[in-house]
Amino acid sequence: MQISDRGFDSRRCLVVFGRTIPLRLPWRTPFALRANGLRRLISPLAILALWEAGSASGLISARIIAAPTAILATAWSLTVSGQLLPDLLVSLGRVFVGVTIGISAGIVFALLAGLSRAGEDAVDPPMQMLRAIPLLGLTPLLILWFGISEVPKITLVALASFFPVYLTLFAGIRAIDPKLIETAQVFGLDRWGTIRNVIVPGAFPSALVGIRQALGIAWLSLVVAEQINADRGIGHMIMDARDFLRTDIIIVGLLVYAVLGLVTDGLVRAVERRALRWRPSILKADAA
Amino acid sequence: MSDAIRIRGLEQTFGENAILAGLDLDVAPGEFVALLGRSGSGKTTLLRVLAGLDRPSGGTVEAPQPRSVVFQEARLLPWKRTWENVALGLAGSDARARALAALGEVDLAHRVDAWPLTLSGGEAQRAALARALVREPRLLLLDEPFAAVDALTRIRMHALVESLWRRHRPAVLLVTHDVDEAIALADRVLVLAGGRIAKDLRVGLSRPRLSTYAGFYDLRVALLAALGVTLPTAPPSDDALVGSI
Repeated sequence: MQISDRGFDSRRCLVVFGRTIPLRLPWRTPFALRANGLRRLISPLAILALWEAGSASGLISARIIAAPTAILATAWSLTVSGQLLPDLLVSLGRVFVGVTIGISAGIVFALLAGLSRAGEDAVDPPMQMLRAIPLLGLTPLLILWFGISEVPKITLVALASFFPVYLTLFAGIRAIDPKLIETAQVFGLDRWGTIRNVIVPGAFPSALVGIRQALGIAWLSLVVAEQINADRGIGHMIMDARDFLRTDIIIVGLLVYAVLGLVTDGLVRAVERRALRWRPSILKADAA
Repeated sequence: MSDAIRIRGLEQTFGENAILAGLDLDVAPGEFVALLGRSGSGKTTLLRVLAGLDRPSGGTVEAPQPRSVVFQEARLLPWKRTWENVALGLAGSDARARALAALGEVDLAHRVDAWPLTLSGGEAQRAALARALVREPRLLLLDEPFAAVDALTRIRMHALVESLWRRHRPAVLLVTHDVDEAIALADRVLVLAGGRIAKDLRVGLSRPRLSTYAGFYDLRVALLAALGVTLPTAPPSDDALVGSI
């Protein structure tokens, strides 16, 4: 692979929460940019240093929050001892199953509502009513219905990821320029051809926005679901740590959630980049 | 020889408004017809009926298949590359080859793999023209296709459309509000008014036509009069100049 001589190669970038971070060797970076990057590191490092000093001097009790070095040590020992991995896999599995169900159902219902008036009249009113209910508030009901098992947790994740996908994809289908649909008709495309060539690709960007939102909310609802009743998973690890006043483990758990959230978001953004190549903003970024 | 278009008693009403009221029209195969009319006179309504996009309220319409449309905007699908847009709806394994050939005819061979949003207005409109021609239409419907491009591009597009028409010989119905464009391109110029063809003039000038031809000015005066615009036949008098100040 050839590195672009303009000093910026989009193929070597990590995209995190909408920010494009070039993954390049530091000595190839222009001095001004490097200095700027370093400047932005000063305040976070200062906060960490103050925190560490506060913990070491006893000003900040470990019951309130553990020292950064202690958290780091705990993260390392939980990882190498293999304690973290099973919980992490359980949490990942719950999100994967829940999100798969939620996104699939969201796509199916959005297509039902988006592709026909009758479908919209049947599907959309109950959806608009249900979306007004705060989903996390459903937890007690879900426990009553399904007991303390995997089902209420996965159901909560699935419900949480369902609505963003349904709402954005439905709106995306309706926002497609009717002139494009008409043009497809003129050039002899039947209904299925129009759906495949015009409606699905036209609504796809909206669907991706919905999927990104869905993943964010899915992790949030998993945090809630795992803290209420769980015998495995990152949430359980955190609740367990609370009983033993282990603030270091609680923070490690939160960091794991954060990293998992970032990674899943990055995956969707990678898909977005590939699938929305035709958009001028992405074309420009690729040309730069 | 049967007609390319045969319309009898065409009516199109939207609510209380009768846009087309008993319109008759015949167009011969390979004939280039321009349709003029004031805005709201029903030019686009007639074109949409011929394209099969709208069902008429009454009357009979016969138009040959295949037919193609070029709209005022290029209407390319932004998520398909230029050649894929041209090949849209084509069946067969040679779809790509046919699309490339059509793009070559409109001088877009170098842009076949471009994304439509990166094309200039003129390039996009040429791609739309290629998409219309690749189907070898017997009827080509042009709905003010040059209205949105700049004046220089428009002149080049006129020459392109004329040469493509000579080569492929579809019947053409060009909807336009530009009298000069109509005279420059068409065999026959129609004026739509009151829901019918109010004027039907044959353009006997040899091609390529220049607006400096003597006959050109006479046609322009006649067509503008039919559209309700009177051109001065003599230089304006001093009174008129004073009045305008």
